[in-house]
Amino acid sequence: MGEPIIRVENLYKNYGAVEALRGVSFAVEEGEVFGLLGPNGAGKTTTVEILEGLRTADSGVARVCGLDPERTGERFKETIGAVLQSTALPDKLRVKEALDLFANFYRRRADTDKLLSRFQLDEKRNAFYSQLSGGQKQRLALAMALVNDPQVVFLDEPTAGLDPQVRREIYDIIEELRRGKKTVLITTHYIEEAERLCDRVAIVDHGRVIALGTPRELKQRSAGKTRIEVRLARPVVNGMLGRLDGVSDCREFDGAYVLHSSSTPQTIVALVKQLEAEKNELQSLEMFSPSLEDVFIELTGRRLRE
Amino acid sequence: MRNTWILTKVRLRLAMRNRAFFFFSLLMPMIFLFSFVTLVARGNNRQWIPYILGSVMTMTVMGSFWGLSVQLVTFREQGILRRFRLAPVGAGPMLASSIISNYFLVIPVIVIELLVCRFAFHVLSFGNLWALFALVTVGSATFASLGLIVASVTNTMQETQMINNLIWMGFIFLSGATVPLAKFPAWVQHVSLFIPAQYLATGLQSAATKFATRYEVFEDVAAMGLGLVVAFEVSRQLFRWEPEAKVPRRAKLWVLAALVPFLAFGTWESVKGTRLNHVNQNFQTLIDRMGPGQTPPAR
Repeated sequence: MGEPIIRVENLYKNYGAVEALRGVSFAVEEGEVFGLLGPNGAGKTTTVEILEGLRTADSGVARVCGLDPERTGERFKETIGAVLQSTALPDKLRVKEALDLFANFYRRRADTDKLLSRFQLDEKRNAFYSQLSGGQKQRLALAMALVNDPQVVFLDEPTAGLDPQVRREIYDIIEELRRGKKTVLITTHYIEEAERLCDRVAIVDHGRVIALGTPRELKQRSAGKTRIEVRLARPVVNGMLGRLDGVSDCREFDGAYVLHSSSTPQTIVALVKQLEAEKNELQSLEMFSPSLEDVFIELTGRRLRE
Repeated sequence: MRNTWILTKVRLRLAMRNRAFFFFSLLMPMIFLFSFVTLVARGNNRQWIPYILGSVMTMTVMGSFWGLSVQLVTFREQGILRRFRLAPVGAGPMLASSIISNYFLVIPVIVIELLVCRFAFHVLSFGNLWALFALVTVGSATFASLGLIVASVTNTMQETQMINNLIWMGFIFLSGATVPLAKFPAWVQHVSLFIPAQYLATGLQSAATKFATRYEVFEDVAAMGLGLVVAFEVSRQLFRWEPEAKVPRRAKLWVLAALVPFLAFGTWESVKGTRLNHVNQNFQTLIDRMGPGQTPPAR
């Protein structure tokens, strides 16, 4: 196997007393859609911005297409496209002008008219940036990331704060990038996004990669276990729920109890019996098949969006 | 060079879509021009119109200082510069394009001021047009660069406006652009020799009133030209793309470096002393040409 298209080794970065990255390492192969999944403040954006050349690591190695983002300047920028966590452009810049402006900076340029059609911005080509909706602004940011037909595309929380329909549109665009054999590095705190879009996922927490693999491999950790979330009229004491039949793990989040069970029916029967005995009341019960959220809970004891 | 030109075109478009630009860059100088002429150059005092034109042109050109610093800080605060940083564009083209586009926006305003003087105030001669052109060209670039330095050493718009106001007050009141330099006591006149705006104001007033000698125009252009080169390099060194990027400690030294050309020219003039003599003589000549019972301008 040759050199990976993105190589990150032992990255460290501090912001004053805050340790943002504490030895992040991973590699991304060409044509892969790779996800950095983690809660806010985990270090995802810092990692991506070091790879984009926007930030300097305190130590460690970051290479994209074999180039050092910090030192190779324009040659490096020709090879990447990026969507920042929040993109801003001058209010009075028109959509088509923005695309043409950025396309003109590069030697290799995509057809901006085709990009407008592809990102459903044709009707808005003469609109000012300030007149666009949040979804349209994000589609424009994605189109701008592709004006140079880049080898590697960085997407930092590309669907954060967008409504479900726009989110699905952006998923389609990322699927299209995968079909076009682009290498995509995406950061997200949405489980669904990571599971649906990514070939491989690195789960990041407190500046470290705590698990890495395909979504399927990662979920194997919770194989055969069902997540049962229950809400009760009164809180339970002494970790009673954790001792129910089949329960391997029990934690409380926001007033709900999350149980991981390897034999769901026995767990539910035991739960009902226990609640009857304690004269407690079941307010709600939901069951989920294993997801990356469960992997995160298992590894950190916290939920992704805590 | 290509990126500089691409950015220049976009900046020109953005300026033309900005109402504030028309108010501050076009309407305000016209208000000054009409007000000053109405107040000062009535009746037999028409010889003051070219002098007033020189003053108004000075304020138009110095406006570059305000406009560019505010624009750069706005772009940085809003994260716009960050997006540009991802593209293969350096700080040089970003800064140069703002200076060049500003120049293309200043020139039409200057032309309009000349036309207003010609057709509304019936001024037949504008003195040395080549000198005016050279001073406006170098002056707009110099003051734009000085504005870019302010933008680089301030973190927020509030800070930028505070520092701009302080410097602007010095520029307009100590340069001779509003109150004629000849009206000040000798020590204030000496202080003004160290102020960049003095070279622009004196130069434009002298060129418009036909008093400027070749050497004086050369000295004004040289002082501002040298100031431009140093100020541009300083602003390039201090340029920050990121809103949260800290101003480096060396920034204060760089800012001092930007003042060196004006300190050098000021010291030279203080020792040699001909500039202030000429300023006072020229002003006296304009007074001598006044009709009986008229008073000289003290705006």
